[in-house]
Amino acid sequence: MTAETIIQSLASGLLMGLLYGLIAVGLSLIFGLMNIVNFAHGEFLMLAMYGAFFLFAFFAIDPLLSMPLVAAGMFVFGAAIYLLIVRFAMRAKTNVGMVQIFATFGLAIVLRGLAQYFFTPDYRSISHSWLGGKTISVGGIFLPVPQLVGAGLAIAAFGALYFFIKRTDFGRALEATREDAGAVALVGIDQNRVFALGWGLGSALVGLAGAIMATFFYIYPDVGASFALIAYVVVALGGFGSVFGAFAGGILVGLVEASTALVMPPSLKAVGIYAVYLLVVFIRPRGLFGSI
Amino acid sequence: MHDVTHAKQRRRDLILAAVFVALAACVPLFVKDVYVQNIMVLTLMYAGLSQSWNILGGYCGQISLGHALYFGLGAYVTAILLTKFDVLPWFGMLTGGIISALIALALGYPTFRLGGHYFAIATIVIAEIAYLLFLNWDWAGAALGIDIMVREDSWAKFQFTRSKLPYFYFALFFAAVAWLVTWWLENSKWGYWWRAVKDNPDAAESLGVVVFKSKMGAGAISAFLTAIGGAFYAMFVSYIDPESVMSFQFSLLISLPAVLGGIGTLWGPVLGAVVLIPVTELTRSFIGGSGRGVDLIVYGSLIVIVSLTRPDGLLGLFSRKRKKEAVQ
Repeated sequence: MTAETIIQSLASGLLMGLLYGLIAVGLSLIFGLMNIVNFAHGEFLMLAMYGAFFLFAFFAIDPLLSMPLVAAGMFVFGAAIYLLIVRFAMRAKTNVGMVQIFATFGLAIVLRGLAQYFFTPDYRSISHSWLGGKTISVGGIFLPVPQLVGAGLAIAAFGALYFFIKRTDFGRALEATREDAGAVALVGIDQNRVFALGWGLGSALVGLAGAIMATFFYIYPDVGASFALIAYVVVALGGFGSVFGAFAGGILVGLVEASTALVMPPSLKAVGIYAVYLLVVFIRPRGLFGSI
Repeated sequence: MHDVTHAKQRRRDLILAAVFVALAACVPLFVKDVYVQNIMVLTLMYAGLSQSWNILGGYCGQISLGHALYFGLGAYVTAILLTKFDVLPWFGMLTGGIISALIALALGYPTFRLGGHYFAIATIVIAEIAYLLFLNWDWAGAALGIDIMVREDSWAKFQFTRSKLPYFYFALFFAAVAWLVTWWLENSKWGYWWRAVKDNPDAAESLGVVVFKSKMGAGAISAFLTAIGGAFYAMFVSYIDPESVMSFQFSLLISLPAVLGGIGTLWGPVLGAVVLIPVTELTRSFIGGSGRGVDLIVYGSLIVIVSLTRPDGLLGLFSRKRKKEAVQ
């Protein structure tokens, strides 16, 4: 193992990690807002990837261009899921924990079944997109262009999100609802509206990630499952609810995955990520940057 | 007064269970169709598995989404001992159960301290690690799995070439034992603590240490029984691989009957399995290969609808009726 291979894999780990952060931040946002884990988060990613795929296959729109469309579609979808399902799951009086887990879990299974039924279980990929298959070399290190653009996009999205939460009215309402939902209702902010918009925003972010991932990853009905598990690890590492935490957690997970692949067979690289999750929650159940 | 009705209710449950077992035992005398018998075996197996899951997930409120770990361990220990060391499956079953219970104790110590979703995700992650390790473990067959050669009809080796009936009766026995263990636990000291702390964090705080110990016990019992189910499954299908016994799909299938029927109730898992398993099997075979995914849509929707409208499960429909009758 030369220094070059190590730098090479850490560099790709870093790029992938930034994307993991982008996949996970929506999950973290929703959790911070209403203390609910969306167990269908991976299926949201899957839908976004299919969205980018079909826009390319039918209308020849490159994923780079269709990205805003996919994000907008996912915004509507996420808000609708909140209004149709999650809103009611939160009203449960008995077996609260079970209802919150299985309502979104059931949704995940339905979405996966629908994808198998309508899109077939076949593996799809977008061939000849603007980014797909290209690499550039920086000082002897090869970096795949789709991941590079994805990483840049992730940084931009995190920057925009930070600005949005700190500077806009809706962002402040989001923060305030997170701090104290009861008091917020008193000053006339409609909690339901904030929650729906929060679900929309969280889903739009995973939509962005899905559109970029469609350029370099196979698309199939179960694709979300493994990424969802990674997203939970990222969020747990960063602390549920923390936007900055998802960013840092994503980078950390990407680097851990790349280093595991250096010392273990590639098929076991996820073991490193899972081990880190267990280590963190056993030692510090709040995550690294979590306040709750 | 309350104690009297409680004791009466428990006796009634026991009699009801005995009647169900006796009726179920007679069914194969009339139903000779192998396909239907197969569904009955699976239904009983899932009833038993979900009952075992329910001890930890329902009564203790520790939602495990990683029970495939124990199921797979039971299957693998039995299959490895039989094919590599010629150990009879009955000993394999017991060994698998004990190993699983010990692992559950070792894992319970750090995981039971975690909050709701952190716990659920930890169970997924742990089972997934085991799945990946088995997938890469050459000695245990890796991705190819283990083929159990069936040569003769033998109760000692628990292999039957022609008839499904012995499997049916063992599955019935398994479901009945899991039910009986739950019935007994419900009225034990542990059962009382579990009810006391359920949805009541303050009580959980004051009973902290004892409840923690009782959760460890529940985890071990639940893992032991689940592994017995896994060992049975290995012998029933006579071929196992990591995908078919340790994948996440199994963790989900083990928990679903309890969730649908009524989580943390004595009859919930049984009712859930009787509804869920035939429905999934029938949709799968009626719609056939072209409609892959329809079974997922059906039971996924069932879960969403039940958890939104009937958090107490389908069993809630019955008890509500019972309460109405009592009022009248």
